[in-house]
Amino acid sequence: MSARLMQGNEAIAEGALAAGVRFFGGYPITPSTEIAESLAKLLPKVGGTFVQMEDEIASMGVVLGASLAGKKVLTASSGPGISLKQELIGYASAAEIPAVIVNVQRVGPSTGQPTAPSQGDVMQARWGTHGDHSIIVLSPWSVREAFDIAVKSVNYAERFRVPVILLTDEIVGHLRENVELPAEVEIYPRRLPKISRAEGYEPYAPDEDLVPNVANFGEGFHIHVTGLIHDETGFPVGSPKITREAIKRMHEKISRAQDEIIEVHQEFMDDAQFAVVSFGGTARTAYEAVLNARKRGQKVGFVRLITIFPFAEKILRELSKNLRGLVVAELNFGQIVNEVERAVKNCPVKLCAKYDMTIFEPEEIEASIDELIAEVNAK
Amino acid sequence: MIERSYEKFFRKNRLPHLWCPGCGNGIVMKAIVQAIEKNPNFTQDNTVIVSGIGCSSRASGYMDFDTLHTAHGRAIPFATGVKLARPELNVIVITGDGDCTAIGGNHFIHGCRRNVDLTVILFNNNIYGMTGGQASPMTPLGKKATTAPYGSVDRPFDACKLAEAAGATYVARSTAFHVQHLVKTIEDGLNNRGFSFIEALVQCPTAYGRRNKMGDPAKMMAWMRDNAVMKNSWDKLPDEKKTGDKFPIGLFYQAQTESYDAAYQHVREIAGGVKQ
Amino acid sequence: MRKQLRLSGSGGQGVITAAIILAEAAVSEGKNAVQSQSYGPEARGGASKSEVIIDDEKIFHPHVKTPDFVLAMTQKAADKYFHDLKDDGVLILDDDLVPKSPDFKNIIRVPITKLAVEKLGRALFANIVALGVLVKVTKLVDFETIKKSVASRVPPHTVEQNMTALQLGFEAV
Repeated sequence: MSARLMQGNEAIAEGALAAGVRFFGGYPITPSTEIAESLAKLLPKVGGTFVQMEDEIASMGVVLGASLAGKKVLTASSGPGISLKQELIGYASAAEIPAVIVNVQRVGPSTGQPTAPSQGDVMQARWGTHGDHSIIVLSPWSVREAFDIAVKSVNYAERFRVPVILLTDEIVGHLRENVELPAEVEIYPRRLPKISRAEGYEPYAPDEDLVPNVANFGEGFHIHVTGLIHDETGFPVGSPKITREAIKRMHEKISRAQDEIIEVHQEFMDDAQFAVVSFGGTARTAYEAVLNARKRGQKVGFVRLITIFPFAEKILRELSKNLRGLVVAELNFGQIVNEVERAVKNCPVKLCAKYDMTIFEPEEIEASIDELIAEVNAK
Repeated sequence: MIERSYEKFFRKNRLPHLWCPGCGNGIVMKAIVQAIEKNPNFTQDNTVIVSGIGCSSRASGYMDFDTLHTAHGRAIPFATGVKLARPELNVIVITGDGDCTAIGGNHFIHGCRRNVDLTVILFNNNIYGMTGGQASPMTPLGKKATTAPYGSVDRPFDACKLAEAAGATYVARSTAFHVQHLVKTIEDGLNNRGFSFIEALVQCPTAYGRRNKMGDPAKMMAWMRDNAVMKNSWDKLPDEKKTGDKFPIGLFYQAQTESYDAAYQHVREIAGGVKQ
Repeated sequence: MRKQLRLSGSGGQGVITAAIILAEAAVSEGKNAVQSQSYGPEARGGASKSEVIIDDEKIFHPHVKTPDFVLAMTQKAADKYFHDLKDDGVLILDDDLVPKSPDFKNIIRVPITKLAVEKLGRALFANIVALGVLVKVTKLVDFETIKKSVASRVPPHTVEQNMTALQLGFEAV
C-alpha cells in the first residue's frame, strides 16, 4: 500500500480493526472522539458492532460484556472520561477480561483544557483504579506506531487477559502524517478452554503462563465471573490464602513476561554521557533536541519508553551505569520522573516539565540538557 | 413428592444461599428459573444471567448458566455488551432497587431507551439490604432506614413508570406473594423481543421489615396480598380508593418495537458488512 | 528542503481542511508531511489554526516554529500569527477580512472570500480558493496534484465548484 496521510486517532482505529477488534463502546470526548467516529464507520462494514453509550462507565461495561461474549474489544476516551472508566478497568483486571482502553491525554485535572495536549495521566494509567491490580500501558510517538501499538495492545490484552491502556496524547492523536500500513498483522487469538467441563475445567485455573483460559459465554461452560476475589472456580471466597494468591498471580502473569513486554527505543547511546528520557508525542521534540545537542558536540543519547508500564526499571538502571546524567522530558508536572529516579541509582535525574497547553520546543529540552551538563560538571 | 425439575437450573454446590431466613429473593430466583423452564428457546447453554451488586445480585452465583456478577449498578451495560456481541444468546439481568434506580439509574433509563433485547428483573426490597438497611430510591415516604432514622422524606421512584417513560417495551410488576403471577409475568417478559422490565416486590424482614414494624416474613407477604391490586381492578378503582399502601401489579405496558440488536443489523447491511 | 506553513482564521472557514488537503497532496507526491491543529472549543467562530510541515527528510517535532508561509483569513489571525515568519517568508491575507496589514514586508493580499462569494455564490469555498493561492505562491505541490487531493476530499457533488475555486485562487496571484 502506498503512503497516505492519516491521523493518529484514525490509525488507532485501523490498528484495532486489523488486530481483530469487532466491538467498540464509547462516549464522545475531545480529543479522542475521532477513534469512535472512525470505528462507527468501519466496524459495521466487517460485521462488527459500534455502540454509543450513555456515559463513560457504561462504555467500559458494555465492552467488558462483549469481551466475555467472545469479541475483541476497545474503548477510547480522554481526561474526565478516563477517570470515570477506572471503576470497571479494575473489574477487568480482577475478572481478567481482555480490553483495550485508549487514553488520548489532554490537560487536566478536571475539565482542564479539553483541546490542549498533556501527558498528565501517566500515573493514573498505572494506578487509576483502586486496589492492587495489574495493567499494561503502551505509548506511541507517531501515527504509524499508533497503528502498531493498537495491534500490540489488543494482542497483549488477549494474551494476558488484562486491561491494556493505550496511552497516547493530543499531539499524536490529532497529528496527521504520512503512513504506510502493513497488509497483515500478527494476531493473538482469544484463549480458549483446553479441557471440557467433564474433564474438570475451571475457568480461572491458570495455564503455565499464569493466565487462565476463561471460556467465552455461550459455549456451554456455565462459568461465573465476578469482581469479588475468587478461586479457580471463579466463585468468591473469603480466604486470606486465596486472596493473597489471586493478587499475586495477577501481578506475576505480567511481571514474568515483562522482558518481552517492555520496549525501549534507544538511539545514540553508544557514546552517550547524558540522555533524554521521554515518551509519546513529547519524544518527537526530544529527538530533535538530542539531534541539535549532538550537532553542538554534546554526547547525548535518546531513550524513549514505548512500554510505560511495566516500567523499564532494569533497562534504565543498566543504561545509567554508563551515563553522567539523565533529563526526563514530560508534558506534566513530573510523573514518570519519579519512576526513573527510583530505577536510576548512580547518576542525577533532571526533570524537564511543561504544563501550559503547549508542546515542548526543542530549545526547552536543550536548555535542560545544558543545565544538567553544567550541574554535573560543576560537581 | 413434588417434582422439582427446575432444580437443575441451580448450582447445588453453591447452596445454601446467603439470604436471611424469610427473605423474598429466593422466591423470585425460583420464579425466574421456572419461567425459563417453560421457554424452549432458553437453555442453560444459551442463556446468560447478569447481575449488579447487592443482595438480589448474588442470585447469579446460584444459577447454573453462564453468569456475570458485575459492579454496582453496571449490570445493564455489561448485559448490553453480551447481547450485542452475541445476539443469539438470551440475556437476563437481575438487579435491586438501589443497584438499578440509584447508582445504575442512568444505565437503566438508557437501557429502556435503547430497547436492547434484555429481560431485567428488579428485586425490590425497598432498602439497601447488604449494607445493613440504608434508604434506597424506592424506600417509601416515611419509612425508616439507618440513613433515614426519622423516616424517609425522599420521594421514591415508581420504577415501572420510569421504565415505560424511558422506552421499555414490556413493563410489569408482581410480588413474592403472587408466585404464579410472578412466573407468568417473567415468562411473558422473556418472550418480548426488546427491553423487558419486571419489578418483583420482595420482603426484607431483616433490614426493612424489622425497622418498620412490619412483622415477620409471613406478615410482610400478607401485606403484599392485601395491598397489591391487579392492573384491571386498579384501573377501575376510583382515585379516592387508591389510598394507603395499595399498589397495582400486572402488565402495565407492552409495545412491538424493533430491538436495538435487530436494528443494528440494518446498520451492517447499509454499511455493506457481512452478516454475523 | 523543509517548508513550514501556518493556515489561520476562525472556526468554520475551513483552514484545517485546507491544511489537510495540502499535506495529502505533498504525501501523494512522495514527500513527508505532518499536519497539526489547534482550535477553540467552538465549532464556528473561535480561533482556528493549522500547521503543515513538508520535508524530504523525516519530520519529528511537529510544531511550526518559523513559518515560511502564513495564511490569515481574519484580522485577529493575521495580527496573532505573522510575528514568527521567516524574514524571507510570505504573509497571505484575505483582502476583505484583513483590512489592516500587519507590519511585514512580504505580504500578498488576495480577495479570497470575495472571489468565493462572487464567482461561486458561497463563502464556504474560500478555503479552496485559498488553497489555490497557496499552491501558486508556495510551489510546494503541482497544481494537478492538488486538484486530485481536493477531488478526493470534498463531497462528490461539489467537485466541479471546488475545481473552479482552486483555479480562481491559482489565477488570482
